Amino acid sequence: MTINRRDFIKASAGAAGVAAVGNLAGCATYYSGNYAPKVVVVGAGFGGSTFAKYMKAWYPKAQVTVIEPNDHFTSCPFSNTVLAGINTMADIELPYSHISKLVDAWVKDTVTAIDNKKQTVTTAGGKTFAYDRLVLAGGIELLFDKVQGYDAEAQKTVKHAWKASADQTGALRKQLEEMPDGGTFVMSVPKAPYRCPPGPYERASMVASYFKKAKPKSKIIVLDGNPDIASKKGLFLAAWKKHFGYGTDNSMIDYRPNNMPRAVDAKKMMVGTEFDDVKGDVINVVPPMRAAAITGMAGVRTGNDGTWCPVSYQTFESTVVPNIHILGDSALTNFPKSGSVANNTGKMCAYALSEMFNGRPVDPAPVVTNTCYSGTGMGTAFHVATVFRWDGEKKAMVPPKDANGVSGEESELEMAYMESWAANVWADTLALPADYKFTAKG
Amino acid sequence: MKKSLAVTLLLAGALGTVASAHADPRARFIAANCSYCHGPDGHSRGAVPSLAGLEAKYFVDQMKAFKDGSRPATVMKKHAAGYTEAEYEMMAKYFAAIK
Repeated sequence: MTINRRDFIKASAGAAGVAAVGNLAGCATYYSGNYAPKVVVVGAGFGGSTFAKYMKAWYPKAQVTVIEPNDHFTSCPFSNTVLAGINTMADIELPYSHISKLVDAWVKDTVTAIDNKKQTVTTAGGKTFAYDRLVLAGGIELLFDKVQGYDAEAQKTVKHAWKASADQTGALRKQLEEMPDGGTFVMSVPKAPYRCPPGPYERASMVASYFKKAKPKSKIIVLDGNPDIASKKGLFLAAWKKHFGYGTDNSMIDYRPNNMPRAVDAKKMMVGTEFDDVKGDVINVVPPMRAAAITGMAGVRTGNDGTWCPVSYQTFESTVVPNIHILGDSALTNFPKSGSVANNTGKMCAYALSEMFNGRPVDPAPVVTNTCYSGTGMGTAFHVATVFRWDGEKKAMVPPKDANGVSGEESELEMAYMESWAANVWADTLALPADYKFTAKG
Repeated sequence: MKKSLAVTLLLAGALGTVASAHADPRARFIAANCSYCHGPDGHSRGAVPSLAGLEAKYFVDQMKAFKDGSRPATVMKKHAAGYTEAEYEMMAKYFAAIK
């Protein structure tokens, strides 16, 4: 029986934690390509699953453990179509059965503690995992206590549907189905930065498309904490004008900027802003948010007054705690908090780590893209697309000239592309086979 | 030991390509950026075209045409504008090698 490689590496591991943070030039003998590091991934969303897949593909010797509490993936992108009645929950629920076979361990559990000195992660199920590298891909934590009255009791009936699930998205759809014609749907938008900048405006469009067909006397009030539409403004306004009477007396959508919800009364069905109390038959309040709770446990949530996690663009490693990487929505970057970005930052991190594990310098000038589609609910869609390149002078990720912009107009062609993008990003993220039958439509 | 061999084989099946195993790391990372629209390893489902197996010169010509607008597109002009011609060549070589 040969010496267990892991124990041999562990014996020399003292230098790893310190050496890994900065310049690796002196570590060539240690990271020799035979290194089999323990990489623990918390969260199997767009970021975590994609990271796990590409980490194994690009450095197979990495021992990858994924810890995820849900037993299947539910997609936030396309979840607004469930509210519209275009798709059902089943169309946006996808299996973990393929991606879970590509990693060394898949643990259905919730992380309850992280010790960033001992480099261990502990779960509700009582297990402890040691890591050489920890990848936190937990998304967002919703701050219900920032909205007065949004307690556990209120949350039973007032849905946010900002983490897609049967209990959130499915329940909100049911509330909309049960609303009588002529009723009012009150929804809110938190102050930027928040997960999915165009999401709320797409939600208003999707619900409007449902009302137009099924309950045309109904109204939608959008209480926006921002001073203006935060994403794809021209395209959403054009869609609202074209399809839903925006700008006329018959507008289905009543859009109110600078109207952040400060309180919710679930019994009286009211949302309180600093101006007035707005009554609704269905109310949907998305509270302010910050990086996932696990990032607080790890001590890496130190940016913007303790709300998001500062990272290096080259490696996505925390700038405050070594050996912890943060992907997707939790990271403090100038990237929009989109599923596409989470998917691609998963790849950026896997790329950087595979270079480091091979004893090579990381790419000093990464390039990463974002493409994000929004649907109108009326069979059309539009996008925003950006290529971010590392600018050594500005020390930031900046789009080159002409590498950032939105659609000229909504179109059915773009809806076909949006459906294709969804199938492809889900296949890419979850390692779904070529013959997987997607059922979601635009 | 057995499990990681099985995992490697599954991976080879799932990713299905020699290109991934031996490609220049930067090339395969840049190419991987395309997956969320063009499918993993450039095998697309639906309306967005596949990139796997495209002839390299054709790939480079299309990216140039997207960049200068001579091939009209909804989203590709932005992506083409984000990369250099040397990167087009790098991507083209990567995708051409995929079956």
